[in-house]
Amino acid sequence: MTLFFQLLVNGLIVGALYGVVAMSFVLIYKASRIVNFAQGEFLLIGAWTCWWLLTSWQLPFWIGFPITLAFMLVFGIVLQVVVLRPMIGEPIISVIMVTIGLSIFFQALMKWMFGVFAKPFPTIFASPTVNILGLDVQTVYVMSLVISILIMAGFGWFFKYSRMGLAMRATAFDQQVAQSLGISVRHMFAMSWAISAMVSAVAGVTVGVVNGVSSALSFFGIKVFPAVILGGLDSVAGAVLGGLIVGVLENLAHYFDSQWLNWGNMYEIAPFYVLIVILMIKPYGLFGTKDIERV
Amino acid sequence: MANISLIPSGDFKTRYAADTTIFPTRTSRNFAILGVALLLLCPVFMDRYWLNLCIQIGYLGIAALGLNILVGFTGQISIGHAAFFGFGAFSSAWLSNSFGIPVALAIPLAGVMTTGVGMLFGIPAARLKGLYLAIATLAAQYILQDFFSRADWFTGGTAGTIAEPFTLFGFAFDTDESFFYVVLVYVVVMYILATNLMRSRDGRALVAVRDHYLSAEIMGINLTKYRTMSFGISSFYAGIGGALYAHYLQFVSVEGFTILFSIQFLGMIIIGGLGSIMGSLMGTAFMVLLPEVMQAITTALSGTAIDAALNLKDAIAFLREMAIGLVIILFLVFEPDGLAHRWKQIKAYWKLYPFSH
Repeated sequence: MTLFFQLLVNGLIVGALYGVVAMSFVLIYKASRIVNFAQGEFLLIGAWTCWWLLTSWQLPFWIGFPITLAFMLVFGIVLQVVVLRPMIGEPIISVIMVTIGLSIFFQALMKWMFGVFAKPFPTIFASPTVNILGLDVQTVYVMSLVISILIMAGFGWFFKYSRMGLAMRATAFDQQVAQSLGISVRHMFAMSWAISAMVSAVAGVTVGVVNGVSSALSFFGIKVFPAVILGGLDSVAGAVLGGLIVGVLENLAHYFDSQWLNWGNMYEIAPFYVLIVILMIKPYGLFGTKDIERV
Repeated sequence: MANISLIPSGDFKTRYAADTTIFPTRTSRNFAILGVALLLLCPVFMDRYWLNLCIQIGYLGIAALGLNILVGFTGQISIGHAAFFGFGAFSSAWLSNSFGIPVALAIPLAGVMTTGVGMLFGIPAARLKGLYLAIATLAAQYILQDFFSRADWFTGGTAGTIAEPFTLFGFAFDTDESFFYVVLVYVVVMYILATNLMRSRDGRALVAVRDHYLSAEIMGINLTKYRTMSFGISSFYAGIGGALYAHYLQFVSVEGFTILFSIQFLGMIIIGGLGSIMGSLMGTAFMVLLPEVMQAITTALSGTAIDAALNLKDAIAFLREMAIGLVIILFLVFEPDGLAHRWKQIKAYWKLYPFSH
């Protein structure tokens, strides 16, 4: 039974990270209607950048991390302006393919620059585990949960109170109206990519600290799809909930598998079965808006 | 897509049959026949290396054509084509190994089996479109990949499975020279089939679904039927291509059919031109030759300062992947209609040569 609770806690922690990545995915989708298949590579690039700053330059974490975030901010803007701005108005398949192309390009580039093997982060915390309610939880896990909750709260504040967040919501709601109110839509597109890249990098660094940095990080970008489809593509709250559900679900699938079924690999594959089922019965997810088409 | 017509002015068609013919002029038909005849001679003057590339272009080209029917003609997105390709490879090997079905018969049967699986995953396609469909096929990719590594009875598990060579009337097509003809026959037959499909009522219905699915439905086209059908046809082509691949290599391993391979298929049709039959073949040729060109460039650069700085020899696998991604992006940004469009422009240029306006 301890294993069950351990997996449940793991699921919640990983799920919170999925939720964060899913949120940044939804941010791009809401603002610019682009499905970003390269979301996982944002995690990868962020984690490698931070790792490189910490190991090659021997910077302390509290300096290296903000530099990583600043880099990702610029990276997101450049990517949007150079590659995705020319794609505005193109059919959906072209836009999807561009992000897929970006994804394999950056994945291969990262493999080339940093190698294919997982590399551990320098230790950040003195004590490896803390005891919470009788369960030994790694300190980095606690950190990742705290960071996830902070980011989610930050998103909530950003969209509810900040000027830019409101402008972004206006853009997502109706681009023409937003433009006529004096909001620069192009600016909002670029900013949504920048914020998304930054937040993903935070998630990437967190996972990197927990598991070591490797190209496996980009699989987060794929795992995001079950989460966002479950929550509804254009709902930030849904993305968080979807992420949590997927995280818990894959750990539960792993538990049932290891206890009774012994099929193996259920951890990775269960979310995709769920994905297919959701698409069959409720394709707009729990909180997504169903588009009604009028001719 | 802007089509530059090569029909001379004043040439008015009076029947639909004349308008939809495959070869608009006698010369174009003769050129096509001449092209196939020249290809028949290939094994005589090509060495192993080039024949291998040609065979690859052949079987991948068949699968790419299937994807183009789905993506380019019907407007549905699939990110799981490699999984269907793999399913075809395993089915053909399984049919001939377990039931002793001759390979010549197992290949079309494998196509039919893959059609079944494709239609199964096509059921969501009947309800979904665009992005949702892309994600559903992404799930199909991972589920099938997982199935391959799990189903020992079907795929031989992690050890993989061997496939018999293609035999017809006691003659084994087990060399590059002889297998070339098998692939060539399949390529010609499958491409003519696809061309004819697009001239038929069903083909026009598929294009209507792509162009405006609401109008198509209002005109009485059964969307569910045609979307599922398109998935079936595309899987059939993938299955045939996969089966040819299996009997060419005579060994199928479970590791090969990854998402990267699926993306390569998408790259082929984007480079070749979405919604162009011959474009599929051009794109495949481009994608197959791309790594070879990369290899040639690295060999040419070896020993120079660039090589020393970047350590190109060890990086060749990553450079290939990067090139695939980069080529897809560049084509989408600068030449969204693909090589087929470029080819048409070249033809038009020569047709109108001195007075191009």
